[in-house]
Amino acid sequence: MARTQSAELDRKKFFADPIMVTTIVVLIAFLTLFILYPLAILLVDSFVTKDGVTVDVFRRIMNMPNFRKAITNTLKVGFLVGIASALIGLLFAYVEEYVQLRTRFLGGLFKMVSMLPVVSPPFVLSLSMIMLFGKAGIITRYLLHIYDNSVYGFWGIAIVQTMTFFPVCYMMLKGLLKNIDPSLEEAARDMGASRFKVFTTVTLPLVLPGLGNAFLVTFIESIADFANPMIIGGSYDTLATTIYLQITGAYDKEGAAAMAVVLLCITLAMFIVQKYYLEAKSTATLSGKASRGRMLITDKSVTRPLTVMCAALSLFVILMYVCVPFGALFRTWGYDFHLTTKWFVQVFKRYKGLKAFRDSFVLSLIASPITALLSMIISYLVVKRRFKAKGFIEAVSMLAMAVPGTVLGIGYIRGFSGGVFHTGFLQQLYGTGAILIIVFIVRSLPTGTRSGISALRQIDKSIEESAYDMGADSFKVFMTVTLPLIKDSFLSGLVTAFVRSITAISAIILLVTPQFLLITVQINEFAEKGAYGIACAFATILIAITYGSVLLMNLFIKYFGTSRKIGVTENES
Amino acid sequence: MAKEKKGVRLEHVSKIYEDPKTKKEFYAVHDTSLSIAPGSFVTLLGPSGCGKTTTLRMIAGFESPDEGEIYLGDEAINALTPNKRDTAMVFQSYALLPHYNIYDNVAYGLKLRKLDRKTIKEKVTGILKLVGLEGMESRMTNQLSGGQQQRVALARALVLEPGVLLFDEPLSNLDAKLRVTMRTEIRRIQQEAGITAIYVTHDQSEAMAISDQIIIMEKGVVAQIGTPQEIYYHPKSEFVADFIGEANFLKGKLTAKDGTRGTVDISGNAVPVEGVDRFALQDDCTLVLRPESARLSESGQLPCKVILSCFMGSYQNYHVMVGDNLVKITDFNPKNKKIYEVGDDAFVAFDADSVHVL
Repeated sequence: MARTQSAELDRKKFFADPIMVTTIVVLIAFLTLFILYPLAILLVDSFVTKDGVTVDVFRRIMNMPNFRKAITNTLKVGFLVGIASALIGLLFAYVEEYVQLRTRFLGGLFKMVSMLPVVSPPFVLSLSMIMLFGKAGIITRYLLHIYDNSVYGFWGIAIVQTMTFFPVCYMMLKGLLKNIDPSLEEAARDMGASRFKVFTTVTLPLVLPGLGNAFLVTFIESIADFANPMIIGGSYDTLATTIYLQITGAYDKEGAAAMAVVLLCITLAMFIVQKYYLEAKSTATLSGKASRGRMLITDKSVTRPLTVMCAALSLFVILMYVCVPFGALFRTWGYDFHLTTKWFVQVFKRYKGLKAFRDSFVLSLIASPITALLSMIISYLVVKRRFKAKGFIEAVSMLAMAVPGTVLGIGYIRGFSGGVFHTGFLQQLYGTGAILIIVFIVRSLPTGTRSGISALRQIDKSIEESAYDMGADSFKVFMTVTLPLIKDSFLSGLVTAFVRSITAISAIILLVTPQFLLITVQINEFAEKGAYGIACAFATILIAITYGSVLLMNLFIKYFGTSRKIGVTENES
Repeated sequence: MAKEKKGVRLEHVSKIYEDPKTKKEFYAVHDTSLSIAPGSFVTLLGPSGCGKTTTLRMIAGFESPDEGEIYLGDEAINALTPNKRDTAMVFQSYALLPHYNIYDNVAYGLKLRKLDRKTIKEKVTGILKLVGLEGMESRMTNQLSGGQQQRVALARALVLEPGVLLFDEPLSNLDAKLRVTMRTEIRRIQQEAGITAIYVTHDQSEAMAISDQIIIMEKGVVAQIGTPQEIYYHPKSEFVADFIGEANFLKGKLTAKDGTRGTVDISGNAVPVEGVDRFALQDDCTLVLRPESARLSESGQLPCKVILSCFMGSYQNYHVMVGDNLVKITDFNPKNKKIYEVGDDAFVAFDADSVHVL
């Protein structure tokens, strides 16, 4: 048997569609140039020296005590944050799905907790941590009268990252618990198991793969996190900050490249385990929708401690966020609590705040529609079409998810500052707004593509086939059928991309040139200097912008969209 | 109504698939040749997995054949994409565009052909009248019943005046009663539009009711092509006989032959039959006896014992044993006849020309 004829015919049919062929070629070129190539150049740079292929660079960085320390630091933090986030996430998810909540207040709290990390820049919690528990911290200094408390270092990073990432775990596990058929647990109860026994022998084993999944996702996030360790790490360096200092402080480009390779290998290995082993397992337990509602636990001895714990944690998280606008309103944090607008005035008068907001806003505004459209095109190709390079496109756009921003930033510096492969080709790109926009796109592409893929999987294949059959070519099918049907997913992708772009920092901080002022970079700078009033003022306005755009989108979808509400779900990566 | 009725020809067409589990390749359709006359209504009939839908999708262009060539009219269309083929398909799930109303669904293909607004309106209005949906242009597809959605799907395909209309099990999502109404409708509309139609189904009564020709497929191969009558009364194999209607199979030997007439020995009983010219004396052969062609009586060709007797209203249902063979008999209008009870001895009687010899 030979399938050569059909392969040949499929090829002919494929090339009869020039728009699609062009799209795919452009897409492959884009992914290769801006995702694969920067990573490849890191490998090349760290292995190839004047003397040919060697491991000298690796030997050199491995001999640096602070790099070895950074590796153990990063893994230690990541491990603790992963476990803590997964457990707190499980607690929240369990309470939401299994426990009868007495008041609507608690439901509101939960919603807010899951929403806040989406709309806020990734490192505001470090700011508030310092303002609450630092030397001049309200809680430590004024409530507890501790004057020399240090929040900098291991525990600072761990707590801040846990508070930042556990809502992601909460959203992931909530979906899992919701899909457990309640009759399984009822059967165990019926056979005489106590409620605790049911939890340990039925519920927990069922969510265990999901729990592992949540752990690894957070682990990766923690390892890749740059801004929090930067602000609150003090002398406790992680891989991301070490790499940053290696290139900005020591100007050791080869060393930084090699370090980036090490960091990439760690995240990539975990990503592969997470993606191909745990994710498959944790979705396999989702046996479809639960047949009927679950009998919620009303027993006070169970509900009281659980809800109190959740409420306390939620209030703590919310307090941390609330700290930020107040930090911008007090005259001198920790000393003088008179309200003032001077920080906001300074932001605009002295620190070119308007330019910073304009630059961030404009660059993100350009990046987000491109990201949204690209991710919809990728999802369409991946879900609905058959062609050879499909696996490549899917793999590379997902790979971007495993690449820490710092690694990507170093890759872009090495890859484009001297042109492609140091030949000068495309060198003019470096240092422009275009490369920043490209970084924004690459950083948000995986999230958008994931949501697009899951939206498209729900659409019957024959709907597009029927349009094709009636005479539409691929482009027409995409524009008149596919895109209108996934309008909601497109819109949410648009806003998610915008929010992610305007709050991004890790890759951007390495690539930004003085001609652009970006809000996140400003916040980072002022926070490092200890100018918390200014940093908070910047952060407050940024949160207002992102929250406003999410609200706007939900409003838009409510009136013009087809169905579900978005904003919270997008964060489940 | 159609610009030009077109015939469809398949020449030695095969399609190979790979079993996703065992990674083994197999023929979904194997060496199929058929010729469908312009303006006729042809049904591809067979059990699931027989390759009928694959054949249809190859004609539509969604699948590419691995061997052979497909012709639409005189044109070889193997390399054409579905949007360039003069075919229009009615999908099993209807596949209406959910973000458009009825009018826009039907007008979609016309707009792609860049017709002017007035012509589009005329055509859409005309076709909606034909399928009985006039006045409902602005309804959204989710406001329609299953039957109405079916009509929109049909109108949407018809309005393009395709050379061939393709149906992929279009009635399988409707309830039994509506299925019967809709199949008559489809036949009426096809006749009125004078269009070539290829119709895939696994429901044999549907196939009998609407087709000029039936193509029976089994495991990727064409088992028989013929009119409903030919297929019913002269099946070429046990598979065809069994798939179309109910059949009793009686194994025996040809003991006498005179031209087309002959005698077959069934467990020691001589049964006169017709149509044995293909056989030689002493050949093994199988008699196909339709349950409604046989009756129970006091005398007849085969002695038997009744093991089931069941009143069904319009007929009496018998199961009888002829030797070791189970024979089913449906005796219509039992009111004025003798009813045999379980345990009774009787004879199976039938006319010589109502058995078919295999």
